Amino acid sequence: MIEQIIFIVISLFTLMMGWVVVSNNNLFHAALALMASFLGVAGLYVMLDAGFLAMAQLLVYIGAISILIIFAIMLTRRMMRTDESPFNSQPGLAGLTAVSVFAVIGFILWQMRQFWPVEPMEGVSLAFKTPVPDSMILDSVAAMGRAFVSPDAFVLPFEIASVLLLAALIGSIWVAWPKTEDEA
Amino acid sequence: MSFSFLEFLKSLVELTTGTYLRQVWGDAPWVDPTLDVIGALLVATFGLLIVLVLIWLERKVIARFQDRIGPNRVGGKYGLLQPVADALKLLTKEIITPAGADLWAYNLAPFLIVVTVLMMWAVMPFAPGMIGVDLNIGLFYVLAISSVSVVTILLAGWGSNNKYALLGAFRAVAQMVSYEVPMILSLLIPILLARSMSTVDIVEAQAVPFIIVVPLSALIFFISSLAEMGRTPFDLLEAESEIVAGFHIEYSGMKFAMFMLAEYASALFMSGLFVIVFLGGYRFFGLETYVTSGGFALGNLIGLVAFFIKMFVMFSVLVWIRGTLPRFRIDQMMDFNWKFLVPLSLALILVVALVDKALPVGVSAWTQAGVHLVSNVLVGAVALEILRWRGRKQREAQEGRQEGLESVGVEATVAEAVAH
Amino acid sequence: MISDWRFIAFMVVITPLFPALPIGINLLLGPRKPNYIKQQIYECGVETVGDTWVQFKVQYYIYALIFVIFDIEAVFLFPIAAAYGQVGLFAVVEIALFIVILTAALAYAWGRGVLKWV
Repeated sequence: MIEQIIFIVISLFTLMMGWVVVSNNNLFHAALALMASFLGVAGLYVMLDAGFLAMAQLLVYIGAISILIIFAIMLTRRMMRTDESPFNSQPGLAGLTAVSVFAVIGFILWQMRQFWPVEPMEGVSLAFKTPVPDSMILDSVAAMGRAFVSPDAFVLPFEIASVLLLAALIGSIWVAWPKTEDEA
Repeated sequence: MSFSFLEFLKSLVELTTGTYLRQVWGDAPWVDPTLDVIGALLVATFGLLIVLVLIWLERKVIARFQDRIGPNRVGGKYGLLQPVADALKLLTKEIITPAGADLWAYNLAPFLIVVTVLMMWAVMPFAPGMIGVDLNIGLFYVLAISSVSVVTILLAGWGSNNKYALLGAFRAVAQMVSYEVPMILSLLIPILLARSMSTVDIVEAQAVPFIIVVPLSALIFFISSLAEMGRTPFDLLEAESEIVAGFHIEYSGMKFAMFMLAEYASALFMSGLFVIVFLGGYRFFGLETYVTSGGFALGNLIGLVAFFIKMFVMFSVLVWIRGTLPRFRIDQMMDFNWKFLVPLSLALILVVALVDKALPVGVSAWTQAGVHLVSNVLVGAVALEILRWRGRKQREAQEGRQEGLESVGVEATVAEAVAH
Repeated sequence: MISDWRFIAFMVVITPLFPALPIGINLLLGPRKPNYIKQQIYECGVETVGDTWVQFKVQYYIYALIFVIFDIEAVFLFPIAAAYGQVGLFAVVEIALFIVILTAALAYAWGRGVLKWV
């Protein structure tokens, strides 16, 4: 029960910070709110017993991506304190997109309804969660590590991830770094 | 089981008070949360108050390095109460908020920086069984929290509306994120050897301390943690002569004290982390499991003392380095990280992974350690050789250029002399 | 396990009180006499000129980007290291491939002169 309340509070916090991100004029404050929102998501992961994912969220999103975003803000000229409204002229279209994305997610969730627990179960930390033995959760990080390198699991995505990272780095350096004379 | 004061005292000596209280209180639903709250309070109080000792220690040691006496007035001959006096003085100072500051960021930063540092202590095993909480991803948790502390520096620098602060914060963040890479990579190696990210498991896996098994990894971790803490020789973020004091220039009173406090607390934490990851933590030649004939588990206390001695020795090494080394230039520092430490730690991971798999199953811990040690030394030697080769090439190129310059210089002097 | 994280949750709640207490006492005890000169931004004796939040160079961004790449790499490698006792010799080859590809990223940045601090 208390876990459900905490879950709902963290969800509300995350959503509220998301609202601040899109509605705030000050780009730096928007970035701060984005970090808070990431923090809320990490909290949700913890509530769902995904500790490793939560910490990866902190390490990558707050510790790295947010800093990247703030550096990107500092790259812009006179964007930090704009008086323009953060809303553009297409609220209808954006609203439609948001509603349809939500509809798709809702539809998928509804299709998965046979996996929903019918009633709250005893001895389960979250009443709305399928019970998982603790030993399995404790071992889940190691299981993920095994899956990354075993040929019948995720070894291909794992290697492709490194190629993706390589492409991302080369691409962004290509775009952002000033060209030398012989390349220009 | 009913409460007995004698048993309680015994549990205090054995450092098993939590277990004892759990026995006394039974398994009511409020017991575990209450114990957690007490534990969290203890851990946080420790993390904060120990800083008073550290400040005294650092001032005294650094004074000796510089042939001074150091604090010697307040609190007796050794100036023991100096940190308390400092704290009291700071408590009565005015808190000045600079004009045009970004109030959210400015006021949030001193809170957040202390919170992140105190949070890290939660997974530190002080003695056998004496730990806030043994998370199965302990080390990863530490890294995640410490990466959040980088953000707080950005907050402080941005919020102050000061050019020096912003420049200092940007430099500091560039430095910290750069050195976070070799730090993370060098921590992978002990995890790989211990087969676990839990801090307790890593300590337990060190039948041979990892500093003997993988000394190169320990060295990389030590150097990068120095930079991560922003201590000398990597204290560019507070280079007084260039950017005055860095990101916390506009803070005064207790808000400023929070930054100092977090700096010292994180320096001690990093020393402690080095101890548990590479120096065997609370292990002390098997004495940490010692039980007297009377049934006292005295080993826990021995473990605690051993851990603290090791941790303070490591902290003194930090002070020692501060007392001896000058500051790096920022370009040298970045080059050193990206062109030396990162490639080296990547290569080291590969070598350690390969050696670990190549060793047959069932060889003794010391044999394994020996093979790892030899491979580490080889990697280090190769790295140094490459560095020497590059250094020689660079020097030759530079000398060639300088000879050219000198010939120009002579002509210029002659021309000048003629003109006069 | 979620019960492990309860301790962390309490830490999150309790630790902000520790900086709050001294700062609160400071607010009570310290004088508060703000004036125009005192509140000016520190600038070595002269009044500061221009906006603080000016455009920074692209280098910071690139460093942060390389950091993101290696951070994500580490996140992938941590579970493998924790499960290293349960994987075969073939895993070494896969890890090597993974690391070599990312070293190529570092080498590209190095070759383009991105890593040279100016």
